[in-house]
Amino acid sequence: MTSSSLSISKPASWKLSLLDNNLFNSAIRYVAVPLTGVLVFLLLWSATAQNIDTSLGKFPGPAAVWEQFGALYQEHERSREKAAAFYERQEIRNAERLAEDPGYQPKIRDYTGKETFIDQIFTSLITVMSGFLLAVAIAIPLGIATGLSRTLSSAINPIIQIFKPVSPLAWLPLVTMVVSALYTSTDPLVAKSFLNSMITVTLCCLWPMVINTSVGVAGIESDLVNVSKVLRLSPLKHVQKIVLPASVPMIFTGMRLSLGVAWMVLIAAEMLAQNPGLGKFVWDEFQNGSSDSLARIMAAVIVIGVIGFLLDRAMLQLQKLASWDKDSITH
Amino acid sequence: MKWTQLFRRAAITVGLASTLGLATPATSAELGYPEKEELTFGFIKLTDMAPIAIAYEKGFFEDEGLYVTIEAQANWKVLLDGVIDGRLDGAHMLAGQPIAATMGFGTKAEIITPFSMDLNGNGITVSNEIWEQMKPNIPKMDNGLPVHPIKADALKPVVEKYKAAGKPFNMGMVFPVSTHNYELRYWLAAGGIHPGYYAPHKGDISGQIDADALLSVTPPPQMPATLEAGTIYGYCVGEPWNQQAVFKGIGVPVVTDYEIWKDNPEKVFGITKAFAEKYPNTTIRITRALIRAAMWLDENNNANRPEAVKILSRSNYVGADYEVIANSMTGTFEYEKGDKREVPDFNVFFRYHATYPYYSDAIWYLTQMRRWGQISEDKSDDWYKEMAAKVYRPDIYRAAAESLIKDKLASADQFPDFSSEDGYREPQTHFIDGIVYNGQKPNEYIGKFPIGLKAGQKL
Repeated sequence: MTSSSLSISKPASWKLSLLDNNLFNSAIRYVAVPLTGVLVFLLLWSATAQNIDTSLGKFPGPAAVWEQFGALYQEHERSREKAAAFYERQEIRNAERLAEDPGYQPKIRDYTGKETFIDQIFTSLITVMSGFLLAVAIAIPLGIATGLSRTLSSAINPIIQIFKPVSPLAWLPLVTMVVSALYTSTDPLVAKSFLNSMITVTLCCLWPMVINTSVGVAGIESDLVNVSKVLRLSPLKHVQKIVLPASVPMIFTGMRLSLGVAWMVLIAAEMLAQNPGLGKFVWDEFQNGSSDSLARIMAAVIVIGVIGFLLDRAMLQLQKLASWDKDSITH
Repeated sequence: MKWTQLFRRAAITVGLASTLGLATPATSAELGYPEKEELTFGFIKLTDMAPIAIAYEKGFFEDEGLYVTIEAQANWKVLLDGVIDGRLDGAHMLAGQPIAATMGFGTKAEIITPFSMDLNGNGITVSNEIWEQMKPNIPKMDNGLPVHPIKADALKPVVEKYKAAGKPFNMGMVFPVSTHNYELRYWLAAGGIHPGYYAPHKGDISGQIDADALLSVTPPPQMPATLEAGTIYGYCVGEPWNQQAVFKGIGVPVVTDYEIWKDNPEKVFGITKAFAEKYPNTTIRITRALIRAAMWLDENNNANRPEAVKILSRSNYVGADYEVIANSMTGTFEYEKGDKREVPDFNVFFRYHATYPYYSDAIWYLTQMRRWGQISEDKSDDWYKEMAAKVYRPDIYRAAAESLIKDKLASADQFPDFSSEDGYREPQTHFIDGIVYNGQKPNEYIGKFPIGLKAGQKL
């Protein structure tokens, strides 16, 4: 995982074409060509799907998947209606009980119905962002510290090198066991399953960010370090004024890398541990073996892909905002 | 006649209950409010989880003031661990699971059951290839269809052929202490095919010692795919995974568990003993809701079954297609494609006292655990009875049933006569090999099997 792979500078010809900007050209480049690509893919998909017809089911074509998107949305709407009825019934029941038993503290419980596809999307998004932010909070200070201190770096390096190649999914059983042992509140703030998924995501986000941050910090130009020395900046000021600004591009590269990995790992972890989210949705559908299952799984696959893409774009925008060295970032 | 007597007694009890009901309005307050109101129950995608789904969908849980979340689990191990570590408050379980857990075979934990979930509901399916080889050994009726029940005698020559060719004959079941494991073993052994022994005291929990057919674990929903892949040649599983194989043309169900042992007890609802002690009212209320659901499922000669199938076919429950689930749930069963036969009692949820946790049902499971070596040493008859009484809790069932009778949601004739009930069914005669099972004499029963460990034997 080299951190430099993402920061290839733009070829000169590309810059030129942008300069003599031609509306027609860019329309072709940004609209027509990608659209053709998608169309060709859809045609290929449709043609191949028709030819994959096993005894375990027919591979879903684009039309079947589109239909399932509609069905999933309707399911969501219906579930919302049921939830509303659930809350109404609950209020009536609470009132009845209060009449019988005045000491009762009425409580409104969450709707107990199954999470819909749309709920699962939000669950996954919240989980991945929480895990990622927790990792940021740990990895960046750690990365800065190892980048600044050779001793610390060589102390921590072997651990990082050993844990970095371990699939975070291998951690999952350990995480699950530790969480169940330590997190034993009777009225927990967040569900155990959420913690399990989140910590797994954190574990996989950690290493790319630590490494990139540490490389970024260690690679600060010696001129800058000398300036800091001349000005006799305190260590805190040194980090704040010199180290952080100078290593921001590398930090963001690490963050972007790890968010991409995190999203992939989260879906797999949800499938494996049956934790709520898109991964569980896919696994549940696989277990159903209904004639719609494959199309629903495909719908989920598309959503997972689109979200992964959007997450990456969002990080890229953030990186552009935070970095002044615009040329070092492309796509 | 016995029937009229029964009817009269029931009428009297109902009359008594209703006069009592008039004197003191039968509010559920007498039972006490549930101590824990928010509950999570686990299940495996099988049609016999129906009482839980129905209790939820028909509002029976809410009537008890319980707010229940129902979650499908990946496999029986995950489900059991969930109940043990408290992630789940209760679950749809294999009857053998609470018994094995309490005994300490596998994970050790005290789990009890106040409610037996159903009778029958499983089948044994073989791949098309094996079916073709079995077919010549099966007698035919006048219309050319095979005579049922099909015994494992028809499979024996096929297994021997594989053995002679040095090929292992692999079959799937869902869990080492599953009903399916014992049913498959029972059927095979009744036909002279040795399904292999367990030897936990030597660390051998594969269950393949001396085996002619090698049984291994596959989660229920993956059975058809595993059969299709050729990893196993046959399997024993609950519905809809036998009918699914027929629909997809992957395999042929050869026998149902109804034919192996008529009206055999199947799944149970399991909770930890600690849960029942900490939340006694909640436990009774859960049992009440489940009893009502079971009654609803069998009401008016299965009139509600089509609606139940519609509910089960939703993706958050079993999720298979309506037609596939309906096949067994509405009283028929399709064997070879096109060979659809009436099996009105394929799934029984309430009649024949299906939900009452009989000690003798638990003891049958224990005898099979002993027969196949999961219990490695001899135990006295009393030990079997004590173990059954630790796990099966008719006392909780009784409290729930009596409070339902009091609330006029059920009548006394629908339940066993609690005043005389000792928890042991009459000796059971409807086994495929004709052996009679008397729950009062487990050791004598174990001694009757030609294949299986007997008194004094230890591997």
